[in-house]
Amino acid sequence: MTDYLLEVRDLSVTFHTTRGPVDAVRNVSWHLNRGEVLAILGESGSGKSVSAAAIMDLIDMPPGEIKSGEIFFEGENLLTMDQEARREINGKKIAMIFQDPLSHLNPVYTVGWQIEETMVIHGTARRVAQKEMLSLLTKVGIPDPILAAKKYPHQFSGGQRQRVMIAMALALKPDVLIADEPTTALDVTVQAQILKLLQELQRETGMGLVIITHDLGVVAEIADRVVVMNNAEIVESGLVSDVYHNPKHAYTKKLIASAPGNGEMSSGVKSQEPILQLENVSKAYGDFVALRGMSFELMPGEVVAIVGESGSGKSTVARMLLRLEEASGGVVKYRGDDILSMSSSELLSIRRDIQMVFQDPTQSLNPRMSVYQIISEAWIIHAGIIAKSKWKERAGQLLEQVGLKREHLDRYPHQFSGGQKQRIAIARALALEPKIIICDEAVSALDVSIQAQVIALLKGLQKNLGISFIFIAHDLPVVRDFADRVIVMKSGEIVEEGAVQQIFEAPKELYTRNLLNASLDPDPKVQAARRMAAAAVS
Amino acid sequence: MNKFILKRALASLVSLLFLVVAVFFLSRLTGDPTDLYLPVDASLASREQFRKIHGLDQPLMVQFFNYVRDLAVLDFGESIRRARPALDVVLEAFKWTLQLALITLFLVTLAAIIFGSLAAFRVGGMFDRFATFFSLIGASAPDFWLAIVAIVVFSVGLGWVPTSGTGTMMHWILPVTILFIRPFGLILQVVRSSMITALSAAYIKTARAKGAKAKSIIFIHALRNALLPIITVIGDQAAGMLNGAVIVETIFGFPGVGKLMIDSILQRDFSVVLASIMVTAFVIFLMNILIDLLYAVLDPRIRY
Repeated sequence: MTDYLLEVRDLSVTFHTTRGPVDAVRNVSWHLNRGEVLAILGESGSGKSVSAAAIMDLIDMPPGEIKSGEIFFEGENLLTMDQEARREINGKKIAMIFQDPLSHLNPVYTVGWQIEETMVIHGTARRVAQKEMLSLLTKVGIPDPILAAKKYPHQFSGGQRQRVMIAMALALKPDVLIADEPTTALDVTVQAQILKLLQELQRETGMGLVIITHDLGVVAEIADRVVVMNNAEIVESGLVSDVYHNPKHAYTKKLIASAPGNGEMSSGVKSQEPILQLENVSKAYGDFVALRGMSFELMPGEVVAIVGESGSGKSTVARMLLRLEEASGGVVKYRGDDILSMSSSELLSIRRDIQMVFQDPTQSLNPRMSVYQIISEAWIIHAGIIAKSKWKERAGQLLEQVGLKREHLDRYPHQFSGGQKQRIAIARALALEPKIIICDEAVSALDVSIQAQVIALLKGLQKNLGISFIFIAHDLPVVRDFADRVIVMKSGEIVEEGAVQQIFEAPKELYTRNLLNASLDPDPKVQAARRMAAAAVS
Repeated sequence: MNKFILKRALASLVSLLFLVVAVFFLSRLTGDPTDLYLPVDASLASREQFRKIHGLDQPLMVQFFNYVRDLAVLDFGESIRRARPALDVVLEAFKWTLQLALITLFLVTLAAIIFGSLAAFRVGGMFDRFATFFSLIGASAPDFWLAIVAIVVFSVGLGWVPTSGTGTMMHWILPVTILFIRPFGLILQVVRSSMITALSAAYIKTARAKGAKAKSIIFIHALRNALLPIITVIGDQAAGMLNGAVIVETIFGFPGVGKLMIDSILQRDFSVVLASIMVTAFVIFLMNILIDLLYAVLDPRIRY
């Protein structure tokens, strides 16, 4: 028996893969009280989502196997119940929401239908459910619920979709809500709204909330207690402020230390002849204007960060100036020549100088090419850079330069971790000895500790090779650590532009200030103070 | 939406016109019908007269333009063999083919979706093994051979069903069964793989977390998402059947459009050949437009 609302005791889960058994969690124990917010903090592959999956009966067996453990919900062991009894608990007593609501909502049914379904499954009449669904939509802040209910998931924004997920999960007033990275794919301001909504609903209903996250800021903002996981085990747990201010375990210390946004800010590079000049670059897709007359300059060796929320046009800039897409108007001068009006042969030589690193290396690296092929392909396209006999040698050097090993040349992308793959992508970009590297959300998908390493690598390249960077990101703390100058964008326009110190310490525009305030600090005290300040204002 | 339909209809019309040109001239390459229809020792005069009646005395280009001119008012010409309007002959045969195709397709689709979905739900389970076994057999056994073996065993040997023709329900059993086998194996595999993808999608996790029943997860959440590739293949198979299941129709003496086409080619009955191709092509174009519209109905993200 147990006094807790939900308790996981000594849970071990193993997945049987073709390469042998892999422990997903080892002897994990944690508990949740009624009305409490518990955070499970960990990086990718730490096993932070596995106990939740075990609670919801979402582990496919095989390949999964629950080796040991018990999960008590209201005193009963879920793991010894039959399927039908567990189905009764799922959605009714314990509900779950996920990261990336777009893929977690069924694309071919209306959101109204999907919210009703939770209730209908557990015995509510469709007509009653319909009414309840509309009030749920109102409750989670979806405007015009009657119209919204008839729409499909793809017709909503990311934040609204997560609200729909929340409405769906809360339909039957569950005792426990498990939220697996609920705000990871969202913009900072939207993230703040969703967390606030979760908090309000949690207080109102008194349910227990388990929030699974990799983000110290989310923990600081919302959780009472935290469980830190690494390598399938719990390394530390306790009250959030205790763990943050007095971390006991080396891993927790490392995690806190690598949180971005605490390093020294750049004092800028001295201005000289710009290497790249954008003048009035615009892009329209039909009637939709993605970019309205964007102008800025990039100095040799400078890091210009372009920040903005989704739909601000920040990635469009990158595609325009590499001519991955044609701009609707404007001039992009690279050392005096206009890239936008070049012939394709002239463009080829420019492309050598301007390289790109994309967000998701799993998608941007060809899975059927070895690391050597990926790197040397650039030399096939741009013939004459180095003699073929030296390719292997040079590719090996490049790997070492980005912190990988020469032996890795013959391996394939899937054999590397996310951070390593991004290093390969950077090595590939370096193969052509570029003058400018455009990073489009290049560290967004990486864990914080890896993120810190990759940023350190990029900083080194800037310093040692004098490469200029256009660093497109939505994550402000990372930008603070890396950029010399920051451009803030909104709806296809520059809102504010300035040196990194000015933007972070004395932002002029309200939009920039909101953006900065919405980004979460890993320190629970700072977050608490911000919440107080925000409450005082409103 | 209307614009899309109009565009597709126009594109189909252009394709039909190309088809007319190609089939008209290609069929003329098979030789002169006169040699086939009149005795070897027919007089030159009677040959001339035969040609004149059927318009074969004109230069080829004139024949073509006359044909197209008549076509504009949906006159497909006369069947030489049957001395009836070619369109009537074709439509009569097509009715049989259409019935055969619809019955078979309905059964194939139903069976393939049920077995394929269940196979996908438990990969490696009983249904999955059955599905793989059956689709391998279906794909590798030639239908003409199966048809003949079936006649030998079930009609001649056991005497359960008639060997050929139409008339009773019993006449349909063998042609439908033989036509069923290959598409069933193929569609089953498509359903299986499409369902495996759909069942591993994130929204299935959501449905499970809601407490949805297995039946609802398979047939409501996953199947609707898996349908697009499935109806593409069904459409493709349907096109094959509407063209007339030539071999099956011939073996079972089934009076469908496939058999009619073969017969008319052998008989150099040009108007019938052209009319059957035009009618089946028209139906297939129509079906393709319908399938495209069905995509939009099934997946709200698709809009024309």
